Amino acid sequence: MRASFVSTEVVNGLRRNVSMTIAMILTTAISLTLLGSGLVVVRKVDQAQDSLRQAADVVVYLNDQVSAEDSACQQQTCSGLRAELERASGVRSVKYLSRQQVYERAIEKFDNRPELREIARPEALPAAMWVELSDTVDPAAIQRQFGDSPGVANIDNQSDFVRSLVGKLNDVRDGTFLIAALQAFAALLLISNTIQLSAFNRRTETGIMRLVGASRWYTQLPFLLEAMVSGIIGSLVAVGLLVVIKEAFLDGLMKPLSGTGLLTPVSYADIAFVSPILVLVAAVVSGLTGYLTLRLYVRI
Amino acid sequence: MIRLEHVSKTYKTLARPALDDVSVSVDKGEFVFLIGPSGSGKSTFLQLLLREEVPTRGRVIVADWNVAKLPRRRVPKLRQRVGCVFQDFRLLNNKTVFENVAFALEVIGKPRHTIRKVVPEVLQLVGLDGKADRMPAELSGGEQQRVAIARAFVNRPLVLMCDEPTGNLDPDTSQDIMLLLERINRTGTTLIMATHDHSIVDSMRRRVVELSEGRVIRDDARGVYGVGR
Repeated sequence: MRASFVSTEVVNGLRRNVSMTIAMILTTAISLTLLGSGLVVVRKVDQAQDSLRQAADVVVYLNDQVSAEDSACQQQTCSGLRAELERASGVRSVKYLSRQQVYERAIEKFDNRPELREIARPEALPAAMWVELSDTVDPAAIQRQFGDSPGVANIDNQSDFVRSLVGKLNDVRDGTFLIAALQAFAALLLISNTIQLSAFNRRTETGIMRLVGASRWYTQLPFLLEAMVSGIIGSLVAVGLLVVIKEAFLDGLMKPLSGTGLLTPVSYADIAFVSPILVLVAAVVSGLTGYLTLRLYVRI
Repeated sequence: MIRLEHVSKTYKTLARPALDDVSVSVDKGEFVFLIGPSGSGKSTFLQLLLREEVPTRGRVIVADWNVAKLPRRRVPKLRQRVGCVFQDFRLLNNKTVFENVAFALEVIGKPRHTIRKVVPEVLQLVGLDGKADRMPAELSGGEQQRVAIARAFVNRPLVLMCDEPTGNLDPDTSQDIMLLLERINRTGTTLIMATHDHSIVDSMRRRVVELSEGRVIRDDARGVYGVGR
């Protein structure tokens, strides 16, 4: 097989159909950008779930009196509650944080929110017990059991929040994948259409190739490569678009969340992780579409 | 070289068969005119030899290949041994004369040094030396047909099939093309030519197979176009 012949045919084919080629590349790029975004969301959700599993499942906030008077948690109300929590079934660990420690954590979280740091005062915040549960325990049971105990102001069930956050992120992912699928369908039709057009434009060449005994493979390869080259260029544009989206929108949008420890910002590592997947998907899907189109619609 | 044994070809859209129980045998190196009115089955006859069509009944043998039974992947091998020339030349207008002829070798994967050696030889054979860099649009009809013949012959086929090769040419040019085809035939290449051109058939006095409504109605070893002319 003559590589120079095939590559010349591919370049000529793409050039001759330049408007369709651009349409094909852009549609593929948009579809893959959406797919890439979906994959990044999946990765972020996985990371969030991991980091959330390490955080407290339940936070027991102590009332004002205990918070103010017993910063070392040595008096009966506080130490008794702590001992009881430690004994309760399903509790893996209990960590006491004094008002000052809660304040310090808050300041740390508000690292990039100076206005909140300004108004935060240790006296405004309650001391707390951070309770880590084993996976099988329902956090609501702890809420019921200790909700009315002396010294308890309220119990915050973090896992509800986490669940709803993960749920929302999963909705975003599903929505992105749905649009990506629709867009991918449009991209497939365009690829198929472009190949048919390309084959029609070159019917004299392919007719001659058939008559002089070129193999089917030799005749079809330039068309197949044309589809794959466009697909791969589309995937590279998609990677570029992901970078632009990260720089222009996501970094700003996710900054307020960065202190919470729930969602880490989208990093170049995330984009680097999804990029090869996008290129591979583009090459395989466009190649397959090209092959099927040639088999079904084009007599070569 | 070529044998059709009781070959019939029917199309669903046609009431009568395009070929009806046709048996013809052509030896190696023969020159055969295939004549008959439009719709008599000449084109179907040629398409069967190239495996563009398969017979509904009967056997088609070309150079020891049973064409109808040939697996798909072997069809290109058959076509490399059967060259074809058409009335409308079918040249690539964006390629030079040299590139048009070279194309036939490139697409079957012949190495570049072979192409550089063989193409000028065949251009000389067809009388186009010195015109290798011309574009088809710069050539006369006769010269364009010479390019098409060079392309069909460059891979040294066993059989050269010509479907009305002089149909678009004036009588003098047609005569030149026939001299060229005769020269190719003298190299041992079997030649089958479908034509409507009375004067050519009459002047060459070669074998004539006449088809009418899909049947062979005449097979003369040294015939003329119309009986009794």
